Amino acid sequence: MSILIGKNTRVVTQGITGKTGMFHTQTSRAYAGGKQAFVAGVNPKKAGENFEGIPIFGSVAEAKQKTGVNTSVIYVPPPFAAAAIWEAVEADLDLVICITEGIPVRDMVEVRDRMRKRKSRTLLVGPNCPGVITPGVIKIGIMPGHIHKKGRVGVVSRSGTLTYEAVGQLTELGIGQSSAVGIGGDPVNGLKHVDVMKLFNEDPETDAVIMIGEIGGSDEEDAARWVKANMKKPVVGFIAGVTAPPGKRMGHAGAIISGGKGTAQEKLAVMESCGIKVTKNPAEMGRLLKSVLKK
Amino acid sequence: MKIHEYQGKEIFRKFGLPTPRGIACFSVDEAVEAAKKLGGAVWVVKAQIHAGGRGKGGGVKLAKSLDEVRDLSKKILGMNLVTHQTGAQGQKVRRLLIEEGADIAKELYIGMVVDRGTQRVVLMASSEGGMDIEAVAAQTPEKIHKVFVDPASGLKDEEARGVAKKIGIPDSALPEAAELLQNLYKCFWEMDASLAEINPLVLTRSNKVVALDSKLNFDDNALFRHPDVVAMRDLDEEDPLEIEASKHELNYISLDGQIGCMVNGAGLAMATMDTIKLFGGSPANFLDVGGGATAERVTAAFKIMLSNPKVKAILVNIFGGIMKCDTIAAGVVAAAREVKLAVPLVVRMKGTNEDLGKKILKESGLPIISADNMADAGKKVVAAIKKKKSKPVKKKKPVKRKKK
Repeated sequence: MSILIGKNTRVVTQGITGKTGMFHTQTSRAYAGGKQAFVAGVNPKKAGENFEGIPIFGSVAEAKQKTGVNTSVIYVPPPFAAAAIWEAVEADLDLVICITEGIPVRDMVEVRDRMRKRKSRTLLVGPNCPGVITPGVIKIGIMPGHIHKKGRVGVVSRSGTLTYEAVGQLTELGIGQSSAVGIGGDPVNGLKHVDVMKLFNEDPETDAVIMIGEIGGSDEEDAARWVKANMKKPVVGFIAGVTAPPGKRMGHAGAIISGGKGTAQEKLAVMESCGIKVTKNPAEMGRLLKSVLKK
Repeated sequence: MKIHEYQGKEIFRKFGLPTPRGIACFSVDEAVEAAKKLGGAVWVVKAQIHAGGRGKGGGVKLAKSLDEVRDLSKKILGMNLVTHQTGAQGQKVRRLLIEEGADIAKELYIGMVVDRGTQRVVLMASSEGGMDIEAVAAQTPEKIHKVFVDPASGLKDEEARGVAKKIGIPDSALPEAAELLQNLYKCFWEMDASLAEINPLVLTRSNKVVALDSKLNFDDNALFRHPDVVAMRDLDEEDPLEIEASKHELNYISLDGQIGCMVNGAGLAMATMDTIKLFGGSPANFLDVGGGATAERVTAAFKIMLSNPKVKAILVNIFGGIMKCDTIAAGVVAAAREVKLAVPLVVRMKGTNEDLGKKILKESGLPIISADNMADAGKKVVAAIKKKKSKPVKKKKPVKRKKK
């Protein structure tokens, strides 16, 4: 087991013919069971062609009908990415992972509203995220597969390389990961920390979770409160941006302290008060997690 | 992206929002001419800078004669305006807005942003206009009224009227106030704004609503749809280093400390800054080199970091994923040579081709301090500054060091 993706995941790549889509389809397919998992691509202009043997279809619905895909990964350029998400939702897939960075916020507000009104069961991860990996089984996204190790710790984060940092530390300590989920750095996105936390809580193969956040919004606080009330497993955390000045957008569109809200200090305080062990030293994320594991 | 008040009002007018008549000026003579052209007996001379708090800083003054318009314009144009948003160094005033005076009965507040929780645009309105709205929100939150707008229907008539009534608009002015709110929402939505604020929105003695101020920020991700907005960009209002960085697709923000840092990824960059602070140093900048850094881009990053005179040491922290450590190492070595690096440089590399990268650094002959992890890197870069003995880089070809 694992969360979101596993050995039964079958993936259609939207934007498979672009430079990014091609490259990451290759690396994802080369990882563990990727060969069986990546079975379709979409590009209306290249329907009927193939990418290294992966058939390309005119639409997600057609790809689903012909190959039985249940998950999509999106590398479509920003102006068209929200429409690509909607196409996957309309095809009623289980999961959409949108890697694309730079989607206009208005487009995301619109597509999220439509998803809610449709009462869609499709889960969205991202946009502006590294993707999801279940080590040793399947990797969907742009993360380096080789730093991961199969195991029983869940990782959830808004940031890409900072997730790799945490995973790298765990692997070095000999601690494997059940799944690592990058939820993305945009202000309007799909799954939030709390949603992923719920999945890890229910996953029998996850023993503990490391939650990595950053300044801006209140997702980490929401997740922390949920953890306090419901979580049966230990959670540790780190928040990036203690030194970030207010009003400045720190790279990610969502990483901004505005109106005195969303500071790292505030998030850390709430997390601690909810029983989450936190560190202010990002080099200590792995060891902190190790300290809460049952021997 | 931010624009000036007068530009915001131009956009407001296109969406049918009532604003005072006004003319933007770049010189004192233009300001006097503008006042003549507007007519009347009272004018407002307003400094145009992107930061808020201009009134309190002395950048907004009332003139009761053309001579006063001249005197005040002389005073404000070219002044270094310091407000709570500019920081201590202030911002030089290069543009003025000369506006007709308004007959104010009441000052109100209207704002719009995207609410992350509900994933909708939220309209915020308050009877407490003209004040610092964050203070109102903190002290008297009950005085701020909110409507979360359904993106499919837009701001509905009854919602707009309801809010207008709550902030004290008299019945006779409700229809036009509601229309103003709906037009502001249209403006926010269609222009891909990230913030729209009217503070104050005034009710005149003749019961008219007028947008006396305008603040519009835009979603950078959506600028490709708005070349008209991009044309309003005023580079004088932006940090020259940040402008230079954006040309190289680098994400750079100037900070106050002494340690320049170059990192791949926004989250890791923030965590690196935090680590520097944790070990007693202070970061001079945020710099995310992004996923596809080349030697050219790394060199540009070094030049930008070093053009900040406060930088006393540099910390490079790379987690190689798609980006390979050896590529970065080659870039760092080339950059250090090209800029004749004279401050201590600490490099921490991890991930794809880590060993190759470390080898390149070692064999370069440059006095690069290598670190094993983030904490080690933080400690070493802070220690390097304390020593204050920075060896200049050798200009000759790389000297091969003894290999183990």
